[in-house]
Amino acid sequence: MSQDYRSMWAELGLDLAAHDQLLAVLGQAYADIYQAQADRPEAMSYFDFVMSEVHGLRIRELLDARKAGRKVVGAWCVFVPEEIVLAADGICVGLCAGADVAMDEVEKLLPRNTCALIKSSLGFKLGKLCPYLESVDMVVGENTCDGKKKMYETFAELTENLHVMDVPQMKSADGRRLMLNEYRRFLTAVEELTGVEITAERLRQGIRTANAKRRAMHRLYSLRAADPAPISGLDALLINQISFYDDPERFTASVDAVCDELKARNEAGRGAVPAGAKRILVSGCPMAVPNWKLPWIVEGAGAVIVGEESCVGERGLRNLVAEDGGTVDQLLEALVDRYFQVDCAIFTPNPDRLAHIRQMAADYRADGVIHYGLNFCQPYQMEAIPVAAALEQDGLPTLRVDTDYSQEDVEQLKTRVEAFLEIL
Amino acid sequence: MIAAGIDIGSRSIELVLLDGDRILDVRRQDTTFDPLRQCQRLLEGVSWDTLAATGYGRKLFSERWGGDTLTEIRAHAAGARFLHPEARTVLDIGGQDTKAVAMNEAGRVVKFEMNDRCAAGTGKFLEFMATGLQIPLAEFGTYALSGARGVEISSMCTVFAETEATSLMARGVPGPDIARALHMSIVTRSASMLRRVGVVPPVVFTGGVARNPCVVALMGQILDCPLVVPENPDHVGALGAALHALS
Ligand code: SF4
Ligand code: SF4
Repeated sequence: MSQDYRSMWAELGLDLAAHDQLLAVLGQAYADIYQAQADRPEAMSYFDFVMSEVHGLRIRELLDARKAGRKVVGAWCVFVPEEIVLAADGICVGLCAGADVAMDEVEKLLPRNTCALIKSSLGFKLGKLCPYLESVDMVVGENTCDGKKKMYETFAELTENLHVMDVPQMKSADGRRLMLNEYRRFLTAVEELTGVEITAERLRQGIRTANAKRRAMHRLYSLRAADPAPISGLDALLINQISFYDDPERFTASVDAVCDELKARNEAGRGAVPAGAKRILVSGCPMAVPNWKLPWIVEGAGAVIVGEESCVGERGLRNLVAEDGGTVDQLLEALVDRYFQVDCAIFTPNPDRLAHIRQMAADYRADGVIHYGLNFCQPYQMEAIPVAAALEQDGLPTLRVDTDYSQEDVEQLKTRVEAFLEIL
Repeated sequence: MIAAGIDIGSRSIELVLLDGDRILDVRRQDTTFDPLRQCQRLLEGVSWDTLAATGYGRKLFSERWGGDTLTEIRAHAAGARFLHPEARTVLDIGGQDTKAVAMNEAGRVVKFEMNDRCAAGTGKFLEFMATGLQIPLAEFGTYALSGARGVEISSMCTVFAETEATSLMARGVPGPDIARALHMSIVTRSASMLRRVGVVPPVVFTGGVARNPCVVALMGQILDCPLVVPENPDHVGALGAALHALS
């Protein structure tokens, strides 16, 4: 990347030497994992470009937008309603959480047995490696799992602009009321940050923009039901991951371009993999950039991933928000209607998630399910046990994989995944 | 038609040559740091019509010599089933891996478990402990069989277990009793892995550790069912690969 960016990164206070290293590793991983794939849709070139500029051009755009008076809000979780940020002419971005960085520093502040995603979130801050984190005007932490809640207490010491949002744990009437109140409080905080009064018209527009993005993704998901699958799970995951970073309108148009191409592929019976490749549904913890480990292993073994029941995937992006509310209050209710359906494992009980996995397995004609758990993630690792048992009972073979961001278990994982594929 | 099956494990490489259902030859080499050269040695003067590879080095091997690859799980199941057509469960304890495999009546793998990245409860553990107690590995099992029960090693970790063994020695606990306890620790671990896939007899015990009489005896006691140990337990994976090559 150009010199131009180096001065930008320096101004953001990044640790340039460590950041260079991170980009080198990322670039190499991208070449080995992504560019090595055969027969990718041509329209993926846009996403290749976005990835290559993920710490460059996109950051420049954010900084330019800030200069023009817009505000940037960063978040880690899909419970943070982007619509409210968009309504105030703000920009919402996902924060880096997919690689082990600055672990020595992290382990001074968090116990070792904390999930990789949480450690990474803090690591990017401590290591001064996430240009997004250094470009935002507000960071939103959400009280989801215990690990995150407590991490935000530590995080609050490191930054001025953390807004902590409470999230219900039960889908009860009280839970719903809590979510509504918290969204209203967030709306006020965003208004204060931006100086923009969020009117019904503005909020509706924000909802429309976010819905359009989701609709494009829903189209992508349904196109993957074809056999042979027209796109690899790795590429689909990348698009899901980029949905957190990119400008929503440009992103939507780019996903549509991919979908047009996939539609033509499907009509021609042309796949990204040979027909008859084993079809896998992945379910479980989110995979943030550049966590491509499991899909890389699965697809390297000749199978294809046809869906992600994940927050970086369909759990995070399914369901639309009703656009017809006439007042801010009505639209807030509509937001809660949608977000309350997110079946994250922090909810108890959480039967909708199992129903959704079953639905996805049927819709995308999966031959088997791989449950992906991050080590020390209690919500998902615990849910994995009854979920796997229920799926097995349905006759759907299920493999439980518990891992982290390190590479040391790759060989064992390959053997486990291949043995699982042999069973199917 | 002659089929060659090769199993490239972390400790050793095995080759089995099969003519139909007759085993023509079995060979073995240490893996060393240059597994491909060791494979080359193993294959010297051997001819085959079809071949397949299993074990950690399977991909590396097939890039050089061609042939199909299959996982150790499927290979051990197929090999065990060939030797014992009734087999329903396989326990394989190799150098750095432990695997439990359940098969249905037709011999298809239906469930499996394997140890994660840690070598606790594998052949490596026993090797390490034998060295610690200064007993040759080949005699370690017999030595442990003469031990009395009553001593317990609580740590599964290779390093901590050794510390425990050392402090037991310092307290004057007889060596064979400690050895027995060390064997018990890997047996307990493997048995719980087996129970997770379901123990349906006959259970075939494969891999190098199946040569250890103490592990075999204790495992039989703990599972309350005798284990079937093939004549060459460490060749079962290679045999499974050869069978795969034939099919
Ligand atoms: S898994 Fe739960 S906590 Fe994590 S991003 Fe999704 S909704 Fe948020
Ligand atoms: S993966 Fe699990 S433990 Fe980690 S942040 Fe998400 S819910 Fe929490």
